[in-house]
Amino acid sequence: MNFPAELKYSKDHEWVKVIDSTTVLVGITDFAQSELGDLVFINLPQEGDEVTKEESFCDVESVKAVSDVMSPVDGVIAEVNTELEDEPQRLNEDPYGAWIAKIEKVSAFADLMDAAAYEAFVQK
Amino acid sequence: MKLIFEKGAPGQHLTLMPACDVPEVALSQSRTEPLELPHVSETELTRHYTALAKRVHGVNDGFYPLGSCTMKYNPKINEDMAALPGFSQIHPLQPVETVQGCLEVYAEAEKLLCEITGMDGMTFQPAAGAHGEFTGLLLIKAYHTHRNDTARTKIIVPDSAHGTNPASAVMAGYTVVNIPSGKDGCVDVEALRAAVGPDTAGLMLTNPNTVGIFDKNILEITKIVHEAGGLCYYDGANLNAVMGIVRPGDMGFDVIHLNLHKTFSTPHGGGGPGAGSVGCKEILKPFLPGPVVAEKDGGWQLVQPEHSIGRVKNFYGNFAVVVRALTYILTIGREGIPEAAQNAVLNANYMMKKLSEKYTMAYESPCMHEFVMTLQDLHDETGVSAMDIAKGLLDHGIHPPTMYFPLIVHEALMIEPTETESQETMDEVCDVFLELWDLAHTGPQILHNAPTKTPVRRLDEVGAARNPVLKYTKA
Repeated sequence: MNFPAELKYSKDHEWVKVIDSTTVLVGITDFAQSELGDLVFINLPQEGDEVTKEESFCDVESVKAVSDVMSPVDGVIAEVNTELEDEPQRLNEDPYGAWIAKIEKVSAFADLMDAAAYEAFVQK
Repeated sequence: MKLIFEKGAPGQHLTLMPACDVPEVALSQSRTEPLELPHVSETELTRHYTALAKRVHGVNDGFYPLGSCTMKYNPKINEDMAALPGFSQIHPLQPVETVQGCLEVYAEAEKLLCEITGMDGMTFQPAAGAHGEFTGLLLIKAYHTHRNDTARTKIIVPDSAHGTNPASAVMAGYTVVNIPSGKDGCVDVEALRAAVGPDTAGLMLTNPNTVGIFDKNILEITKIVHEAGGLCYYDGANLNAVMGIVRPGDMGFDVIHLNLHKTFSTPHGGGGPGAGSVGCKEILKPFLPGPVVAEKDGGWQLVQPEHSIGRVKNFYGNFAVVVRALTYILTIGREGIPEAAQNAVLNANYMMKKLSEKYTMAYESPCMHEFVMTLQDLHDETGVSAMDIAKGLLDHGIHPPTMYFPLIVHEALMIEPTETESQETMDEVCDVFLELWDLAHTGPQILHNAPTKTPVRRLDEVGAARNPVLKYTKA
């Protein structure tokens, strides 16, 4: 299982890549995709949506279940990765490349972990 | 296997249809091509459907423990009653004077089901459970709106709810507030207390709940919602565990739906049609979908409730299903209804105890009509998942239980034997389950490859979901 050191991680298994002090990229972790299993659908947010930390902003569907993706920040959706609509399997194949949304105007962060802390978190 | 459209040849025909005795008319002015109908002989037709029937597994073929869906045996007398000419050779546009017996079926079924559930009125229009949920929520909405209480925009749904609950609430125009379950699988009463307020339209709850546990705080739960001004909706999916023992109306629920096709032994599971009858307390009766059956001048009439939300289905619902449900109730009677519930609970606990020899139960306490196992340990240890065990069951002629539900339990298998299975059948099934548990340790690959004895092998569920082929195109 992969835990890139340059990313931050939420307890709900999203990764956060800080671009600048008010802009981040968000996706789901390797652990999340392996727990969810093969993903078959993603319900992406809309550009301009306001998102709130620890509240759902997107959902993903596997053959087992539909799961919420929680926002790790307060902010506004600047861009969504529309490629995932046709190829949700990219979330399984390349979880850290397959970003879900770019969020701007970030005003608050959920409690986030570094790679080592997250690795310990998922192993317990 | 060929489709019916791919069989036969032009000119083949059969004698099942009577000769046409009315003038022929075109189906549509705009249709230029003839309809693509099969051209098959009677032999080809019967063989085709017999072949299909042989490939299907139903409750008449073997054990069918589909948790949360009460796949009980449907007594064949139900079919005899539904086929009586007075019930089957009728048309919904007939004058009501000529279908008095049919209206009486509705009236009698309403009376008995209201007695069983503690409700005051009922509609038989909704075609299935989720349709019933939607109808029930519209009743709640109409009630609040009628009182000019329009700030109530939220429906509270526990995280263990059936997935249709939040979906129905959204369809009815509500915002869903999800509240967590406690460690015992029941509603977290403090979380509920914190969630209710002047914006609460209602609560949707299944009791016994989705993990097969009766929520002992039910009176407090419904009281909290009522004190906040909301109404309580009972999802009747699990009524089989408590019918004739306790009544949703006495638990404090204002509106319920019943799956006649589960609890009251009418066919379902692809066979349908279903019936999601909705019962309600006196305060909601004026809003019921119209028309409803009422006694008037010594006969039965169809009348509109005063503030009816309108029709939710054409005509009066799936009538023949109600005939079957009424037959079931009258056949087993006042003693049989609670006895069925007791045996459903006894059977589930019997299987739970036997399987806990090897399998891990999600919750320790005795269950109601169904129980949930978590195969997380088995998966971690052997790589064999709940899906693999489910597929392994198929090779033993057993329909898999519900998998990966409820969502709050990892690697879940949820088993509901129902009251109609014998101890001998359950013993055999438990032996198979325990055998598969051993096989997971000694030959996991066999389970990864299962099933191998079924008409089709393991289906590509991911491929089907990612690239669904939804339209048949003739080659």
